[in-house]
Amino acid sequence: MNTVNFNSEYLVEVEDLKMYFPVKTGFFKTVPLKAVDGVSFNIRPGETLGLVGESGCGKTTVGRTLLRLYEPTGGTFRFKGEEVTAKNIGALRKEMQMVFQDPYSSLNPRMTVEDIIGEPLDVHKLYNSKEERHEKVLHLMELVGLNAEHATRYAHEFSGGQRQRIGIARSLAVDPSFIVCDEPVSALDVSIQAQVINMFEELQDKLGVTYLFIAHDLLVVHHISDRIAVMYLGRIVEIADADELNENPIHPYTLSLLSAVCVPDPVKAKANKRIILEGDVPSPLNMPSGCPFRTRCRYATEQCAQEAPSLTDRGNEHLVACWNK
Amino acid sequence: MAETKTVKRVKAHIVPKKPAPTPDEPPVLSVQNLHTSFITDSGEVRAVNGVSFDLYKGKILGVVGESGSGKSVTAYSILQILDQNGRIVEGDIVFRDKSLLSYSQKEMDAFRGNKCSIIFQDPMTSLNPVFTVGYQLREALQLHTKYKTKQQATERAVQLLEMVGVNEPDKRLRQYPFELSGGMRQRVMIAMALACEPDILIADEPTTALDVTIQAQILELMKDLQEELGMAIILVTHDLGVIATMCDEIIVMYGGRVCERGTAEDIFYRPCHEYTKGLLKSLPNTDNMKERLVPISGTPINLLNMPEGCAFCPRCENAMKICLTEQPEELLMPDGHYAACWMNVKEAMDT
Repeated sequence: MNTVNFNSEYLVEVEDLKMYFPVKTGFFKTVPLKAVDGVSFNIRPGETLGLVGESGCGKTTVGRTLLRLYEPTGGTFRFKGEEVTAKNIGALRKEMQMVFQDPYSSLNPRMTVEDIIGEPLDVHKLYNSKEERHEKVLHLMELVGLNAEHATRYAHEFSGGQRQRIGIARSLAVDPSFIVCDEPVSALDVSIQAQVINMFEELQDKLGVTYLFIAHDLLVVHHISDRIAVMYLGRIVEIADADELNENPIHPYTLSLLSAVCVPDPVKAKANKRIILEGDVPSPLNMPSGCPFRTRCRYATEQCAQEAPSLTDRGNEHLVACWNK
Repeated sequence: MAETKTVKRVKAHIVPKKPAPTPDEPPVLSVQNLHTSFITDSGEVRAVNGVSFDLYKGKILGVVGESGSGKSVTAYSILQILDQNGRIVEGDIVFRDKSLLSYSQKEMDAFRGNKCSIIFQDPMTSLNPVFTVGYQLREALQLHTKYKTKQQATERAVQLLEMVGVNEPDKRLRQYPFELSGGMRQRVMIAMALACEPDILIADEPTTALDVTIQAQILELMKDLQEELGMAIILVTHDLGVIATMCDEIIVMYGGRVCERGTAEDIFYRPCHEYTKGLLKSLPNTDNMKERLVPISGTPINLLNMPEGCAFCPRCENAMKICLTEQPEELLMPDGHYAACWMNVKEAMDT
């Protein structure tokens, strides 16, 4: 099914994606909030790209903009070599799906599980008879580890982990080749998290789906991703192979982000020298000139204030946007 | 984690339930065999089933467990802020040699806030949506501290907000909770809890809603404040990483009972309870990045339908017959920490 029959090496190609939200600051005055400001990345078929960053850095906006839940301000997004526009997104949503963060609010409480999972099938008219729809739903439920008897139940009857499985089954219903996972495990219990992470990995092995895995838990992202992109204030500051990024981080922001991780190992955790960032994340309404990180960066120079660095390759597909490192 | 393999348990002997060895001074707070239940339409929900621990001055006690393990209810029982239908059915909570259960309403009001304050899990429901952040912060300050006038309280509130890393504190004071991000709201909550410089700080998932870099700041801040003020902290969380970073003593809870208690090293390197072992294996760690995680199968416990024996038994891979019918007692392990698991008895008998 997910046969790749396009010429590009990449399934997803994002170039200079911009998403500005107009924010009223006065009666007549509207200022653009630059949630995503020139983001470029590519994802190969069957690969998982992890997208990490703090809240407000625009990582969720990137995911949502790709699926055209927001109309982007600028930039291009090519999927299987074809440019995604407002016109063809309806059909392309059969190829691209999303798993949401909150398994409680993302499922309709008035619908049975069968209807929730079957809804994408209805929208894209993917069945000929009611029996076929039922069959497809049961197959999907089996795929994510739900019992057939759950089909007639409502979302509130399930635990968080099971709800997330329902959400994943719904996204898989149209047989997509690309899934945007927006913090899919952060609302789950520790013991359930591992089940869901494993399921994502197994589904990828089985179906060959490509993930954009958005999360803030760096250990989870490192575990599931092939490559990781680090975002700060609407821009990608570093993008590299997952192990490479963890062993050899270059950007000062990545360094402090990695040092802030609480490793579940008391000796390592207590030996960890934290690089505590000073100050706050600047307001995206009032972005610093040049490099967005310069206000909190200890290596900042004149040059950083004047011009924003762009991503440059430091070898081995390790891209970093920094003047000094 | 190589140590886990090399440590061989020699024997485990049964001792009566007793808190860990006592330092010289008496504990600030002592929870003794606490049972808390909620009376619901569908029956009695036993959220906490016999939890005991001592909290010492200047120590951080970590209580870890997943949702429904009773860790939050334990914290709420201490402050007696349970829901209407919740009550402490058995056991005692002793603060500085006096039982909190014997406190009058007035004494309890003075205890909350001044002696013991809490940071809640969900910052949205714990801040009042119809008052500004400044009003709510000032309220706590004027009620419990020396900052009695509005101006003093405002100044102090700005300091507190700066301390917890809220940008533009003057502006924030005039804003309503809905105008702040989740992380920001939680920081306001922390500022509010620290306002009265309490003896005991109960932190119920304090950093769950925060980003890693901010989490690192807050954890650092809590440690600094604790050293400064010598307060004791009960850190309730599901995040084993936070526990490993912060805590001296750890209690692992499951199904309203204590599974295992000990120092951070005991719990992480020499776990003796099947649940703790499973939990540690299911976490992504720096050294298992290439391997599949080993999840604990099944779903968290339904408190309405508690098994007769060990609470973890339905999800336990090594469950034995006795686990179905008998609740395991806490046993002293050879290295000096406690675990409540029948496997230890079996191993002791085998050797």
